[in-house]
Amino acid sequence: MTWKTLQSAMADQGYIASGDLAMALHLSLSLGRPLLLEGAAGVGKTEVARVLAAVEETQLIRLQCYEGLDASQAIYEWNYQRQLLAIRAASEDGETGKSVEARIFSDEFLLERPLLKAIRQHKAPVLLIDEIDRADEEFEAYLLEILSEFQITIPEMGTITATTRPIVILTANGTRDLSDALRRRCLYAHVPYPDHETELAILVTRYPDITDRLCAQIVGFVQALRKQELEKKPGIAEMLDFAAALMGLGVADLTEDPATLQATLTTLLKTQLDRDAIPTEIAQRLAGKAA
Amino acid sequence: MSLVTKFAARDPGPAARMAGFVAHLRDNGMRLGVGETAIALDAMTHIDAANPQDARRALKSVFTGCAEEAAQFDALFNSFWMNGGRVKTRVTPTATPSESENVHSLREVDAEADISGGAGDISAPDGGEGEAESDGEGKLVATDVANLFKKDLRDLVCPKEIEAAEKIAIRLGAALRDRRSRRRKAARKGDQIHFRKVMRQSLATGGEPFALPKRQRPDRTLRLTAICDVSGSMTVYSRIFLAFLAGLMRADPRADAYLFHTRLVRITEALRDKDPLRALARLSLLAEGFAGGSKIGESLDTFAGTYGRRFVDNRTVVMILSDGYDTASPDGISDALVRLKKRGCKIIWLNPLKGWDGYEPTARAMSEALPHLDLFRAANTLEDLAGLEAEFARL
Repeated sequence: MTWKTLQSAMADQGYIASGDLAMALHLSLSLGRPLLLEGAAGVGKTEVARVLAAVEETQLIRLQCYEGLDASQAIYEWNYQRQLLAIRAASEDGETGKSVEARIFSDEFLLERPLLKAIRQHKAPVLLIDEIDRADEEFEAYLLEILSEFQITIPEMGTITATTRPIVILTANGTRDLSDALRRRCLYAHVPYPDHETELAILVTRYPDITDRLCAQIVGFVQALRKQELEKKPGIAEMLDFAAALMGLGVADLTEDPATLQATLTTLLKTQLDRDAIPTEIAQRLAGKAA
Repeated sequence: MSLVTKFAARDPGPAARMAGFVAHLRDNGMRLGVGETAIALDAMTHIDAANPQDARRALKSVFTGCAEEAAQFDALFNSFWMNGGRVKTRVTPTATPSESENVHSLREVDAEADISGGAGDISAPDGGEGEAESDGEGKLVATDVANLFKKDLRDLVCPKEIEAAEKIAIRLGAALRDRRSRRRKAARKGDQIHFRKVMRQSLATGGEPFALPKRQRPDRTLRLTAICDVSGSMTVYSRIFLAFLAGLMRADPRADAYLFHTRLVRITEALRDKDPLRALARLSLLAEGFAGGSKIGESLDTFAGTYGRRFVDNRTVVMILSDGYDTASPDGISDALVRLKKRGCKIIWLNPLKGWDGYEPTARAMSEALPHLDLFRAANTLEDLAGLEAEFARL
């Protein structure tokens, strides 16, 4: 498979990937290295993993990172309630300490969390580690170990080595700098906001029955909106919501009804400051230019 | 394609060219090791390497690691591989002076050179007066408004003040200490049961959990990094701040200190000297250009790009001691602060002028910086610094 076939396979799944991104994904697959995707929120980083899993016809395992994420939520945890019950039951049956210990620290009582689950699959899954920059540095360090060795040590059970190497996709949107060590382990692709043509293609792929005129207007309007000074620029998901809202309301031309346009802006602008920054006149001017 | 660079006939081959390209990227500030070269060569076997577009994309994903690098990569690629068909004679990199891993990120710092310059002065025979020496040509060419006359900081700071400052620094350090972690650790007292331990211990009592070990959110310690402005406009206050820095260094082994005027100098090592007076003497040598102009934005940017990458993380409090009067354009300040902030640290700015009645942060530098600060307070005496304890505790 070359990067071009990968790109078209992704397009079949409804994801329009840029050349740079498709190449990075292709290399990540063929070199077996994790891929770090960086870009603003709402440019479709998470979607990449979902589509890649669909293309590879494999499972998607997702680990959402947050501050304070630790081993018991990311890797494994013992099922303590069951262990307690098992110990009680065993003592009534007169089972010896050694065999109880061997039993309660076995697979049966192990709760798999995403990282452990990902390395124990029969078919290599896509492991999405979402928003890695939200996790703290201890976790990043732990992740480095797993990403380089693909094995996990559980003190009570020993070392578990990966049966298959998962396809690892990490995403970050730059809330904090990642360590150089992590960046060096990964291939890298920066996912920018899509350009005009790509965004048109995305919109048409998602809503095939949209009129050409409205399609061009929506994309032109959103692209112009991103050039404004906004706190949170609208991403692709917002653009699609906007299109869905307009189609649902039966709008055929952005400029025809200022009040409707202003009302549907809720799908694009998500803070009060941003709403205030785009009053009706500016929205009309942007829509007029897009038309 | 005629655009592609031609290589000299006796050039050793693709591997050497790739090494040459990596050296080219390194020269342009990217941090790459041998590992990346190997991955790149490996990657070339998986794509159509003869197609420049494919090769560019592949190398981009291997060699870049952040948005800025990705943005400049295409130009760097073109300048090496697509120089319009001219012959490139030498592709293998020249041996550069070996850089150890920890010097690695210091590449762009002038300060590094300055430190060694200072050290050279120490070992030099005590021939002439400091003034006479620094009147020599070319030593400080890099600075345009630097004050060429050395100031002896020993005249400025007395050991008693350092002692007092040390006490204050200890208290401030303690006030900064209690930031809660979100993780939990085994603890004598705690708000959650440590189930893993319960299981282990209950095995001894036939499954009966007699003891209930607890888990608690531990306190995380914060590190203090102080950056002190010693430009001309700060001369009056430098004395207090330097005493404070000296005290801080002696109180907290993990604290870090920097001076800046027209450039940035790390003074942590100098201030750690056991003898406070000798520490100040070493500092005087480092602080050449003391009481000259100040380039706040540039200095902070240097800090964010170099030392900051190594020493600043989400458990650091960066304390900037400056009046915010900048001789250079202050545009860089907010950018530098944003960069610093991205490392997850807290930023405190202590401004001596804020203590004046009716002071408004009018200096442009100050108004640029304001939105990025966690705390902006007045401080021009040691007492003021001591009074900040309560505010620090709230951070």
